[in-house]
Amino acid sequence: MTAIADRVDDVRPAASAPNFLSRVDFGRLGAHIALLFLVALWTFPTAGLLVSSLRDKDQLAVSGWWTALSASVAQDVTRLPQGNAGTEENGLWVIRGNLFGEDTNKQLQSFGLTANDLGAAQPGSSLPMNDGGTITVQADGSYEWVADAAFTHTRGPRVFYIAGIPPRFTLENYAEVLSANGVARSFINSFTVTIPATIIPILMAAFAAYALAWMRFPGRGLIVALIVGLLVVPLQMSLIPLLSLYNNIAHAFGAEDGKTYLGIWLAHTAFGLPLAIYLLRNYMAGIPKDILESARIDGASHFKIFTGMILPLSFPALASFSIFQFLWVWNDLLVAMVFLGAQDEKLVLTGKLVSLLGSRGNNWEILTAGAFITIVVPLIVFFGLQRYFVRGLLAGSVK
Amino acid sequence: MTAELFQQITSAAFAIVIAVAACVAYFWGSNWLLEKFLGTQNVEALPEGEATRRDSLMGQISPWLFLLPALLFLSVYLVYPVVETFRLSFFDKNGINFVGFTNYSWLFGDNDFRQSIVNNLLWLIIVPSLSTAFGLVIAVLADRLWWGNIAKSLVFMPMAISFVGASVIWKFVYDYRGESDNQIGILNAIVTAFGGEPQAWITLTPPWLGMNIPVNSFFLMIILVWIQTGFAMVILSAALRGIPEETLEAARVDGANDFQIFFNIMIPQIWGTIVVVWTTITIVVLKVFDIIFAMTNGQWDTEVLANLMFKWMFVNFDYGRGSAIAIIIMIAVLPIMIWNIRRANAEEGTR
Repeated sequence: MTAIADRVDDVRPAASAPNFLSRVDFGRLGAHIALLFLVALWTFPTAGLLVSSLRDKDQLAVSGWWTALSASVAQDVTRLPQGNAGTEENGLWVIRGNLFGEDTNKQLQSFGLTANDLGAAQPGSSLPMNDGGTITVQADGSYEWVADAAFTHTRGPRVFYIAGIPPRFTLENYAEVLSANGVARSFINSFTVTIPATIIPILMAAFAAYALAWMRFPGRGLIVALIVGLLVVPLQMSLIPLLSLYNNIAHAFGAEDGKTYLGIWLAHTAFGLPLAIYLLRNYMAGIPKDILESARIDGASHFKIFTGMILPLSFPALASFSIFQFLWVWNDLLVAMVFLGAQDEKLVLTGKLVSLLGSRGNNWEILTAGAFITIVVPLIVFFGLQRYFVRGLLAGSVK
Repeated sequence: MTAELFQQITSAAFAIVIAVAACVAYFWGSNWLLEKFLGTQNVEALPEGEATRRDSLMGQISPWLFLLPALLFLSVYLVYPVVETFRLSFFDKNGINFVGFTNYSWLFGDNDFRQSIVNNLLWLIIVPSLSTAFGLVIAVLADRLWWGNIAKSLVFMPMAISFVGASVIWKFVYDYRGESDNQIGILNAIVTAFGGEPQAWITLTPPWLGMNIPVNSFFLMIILVWIQTGFAMVILSAALRGIPEETLEAARVDGANDFQIFFNIMIPQIWGTIVVVWTTITIVVLKVFDIIFAMTNGQWDTEVLANLMFKWMFVNFDYGRGSAIAIIIMIAVLPIMIWNIRRANAEEGTR
């Protein structure tokens, strides 16, 4: 019976409206298009950065990254050398050179002798010069200016041209930014800051979380409330007193200022603790009570239960927190600037990127490659461990 | 340089070893001491009632041993500074002379501060609402389609990118070239493709097209929306999956269309989660610093509180005024903090 009814349902729309369009589910199609549009909106900015960082820097400066696969065209001008650069060859006077300078792969499209006449001659053809003789320019930009008499001009004439730059992808930008701009050093600094700052808080937080989840003692509610409160305290509240404190300690030891790696490790450890304790406590509180109680009855101490059972069971929560802390410390700018300073040799990647934005703000080949180096480590961590990251997020925001 | 680098790396490795060893030594050591003096292994050897006394004493001491390192860190790095910042906000530049409410009265007369308050309010309205709305729409769409998980991954990705990295990414999107040049920023390329005039979006102060709105601040807000939408999406998507299938089925049977189901069933069902997402993003917005610092450093009327505070602290070295601004940010966070604590307490009560 039902089978027949289903069939009737299947057939009816096709029978009543036999054209193809009526079978398309417009709601679903709309959903596909809308989501595709939103995803494009969210990915295009990053894609643009990645593509640009791999492009030739001359092309990057003159054409959009979405045209990366087609040749870009640019107008430019080159001044030829003075007359005394000419040499005599077989009774003729010659000046040779390349309009594009050395070492480029531009392609000449046309050239001319005034700014209004860029298209006067094709590659390989010649134009008469005002200073005497004729100039011939090849497609690769090499020119030959030949005259019957010695050159006497003291001011080199200009050649205007349109050149095509064939699409070219390269790792040069990365090589440049890593070697010449100190980004490699900052990369190591970022790791130096991040790894200890991720590992140090874990054990401390785990013990505290266990106490708050499974031990009964007066003041527990108060401490939980304190931790929840500290979760949202703005970092700005801590900066000035801690900086003074660090400087005072440094002065007491005869150092100039309190900007050390040790200082930033401890600061990040402390700033990460509220979230760590909160996450771990939520997770541990979710472990079935029976397990713990049977262990208690068997006479195991809290310490044994914690190290033997709860800590291994809490691995997913520990992983979640480690990812959070790693990403947060790696991506942090404020704490690094305050507690590590802005000298070149101590800059972390985020700080380095800000300083590049200031000093090389128009050199997009530097900025895009630098930015990608900054974000590549978090992206790897993120895509590799997304499961734990999402789990942590869900545990961190109260249901 | 290499020697210095080597030293830096070894000191980092050394720090990890020392810190972990210190933690282990503290927790194991304190437990060992506790067991040694209050252990009840040889119950027979103990006098009557001694075992019970020891057990209860141990129960009182061990939680605090577990908590001590964490509490120590929290007190030094978070609790003490909050009190100290509050105190400093009533003192002068160097924190020596008491000046009463001078810093605060100066603040409210300061143009940059007023500008920051206006901008922060705009950020507070626009960023959480746009992030939550986009997150919700993407979550609903993605849950219906077979490639939804890939879509969610891609929208989620900016969560892993630093604010500074995101700023560079978007600065490139907003890049401006003169009218006669090729636009290499995609926004201006789109605008010119439709026949519009390219704009330097970041420096665009009002009035714009005759309207008195801070357009450039809006372009900075987009960056944070771009980052936070993924967060909203993940949390809301989980909440949506928690809606019982029967509820949705019942609505469908009653003839509700997709839009009715979305607005009349889904949103009321996950309202609590929406509020949580909203407040979490609000906190992020109140503290936003990196984006402004990297993009404009507060120029062209884009100043916000966190950046203003940084200026007074590190450019002008005025700890009094810097602290006063920090206190203003803290006051803005306070209602959410209290709400969170009350909610956590209520939950604690049910456990």
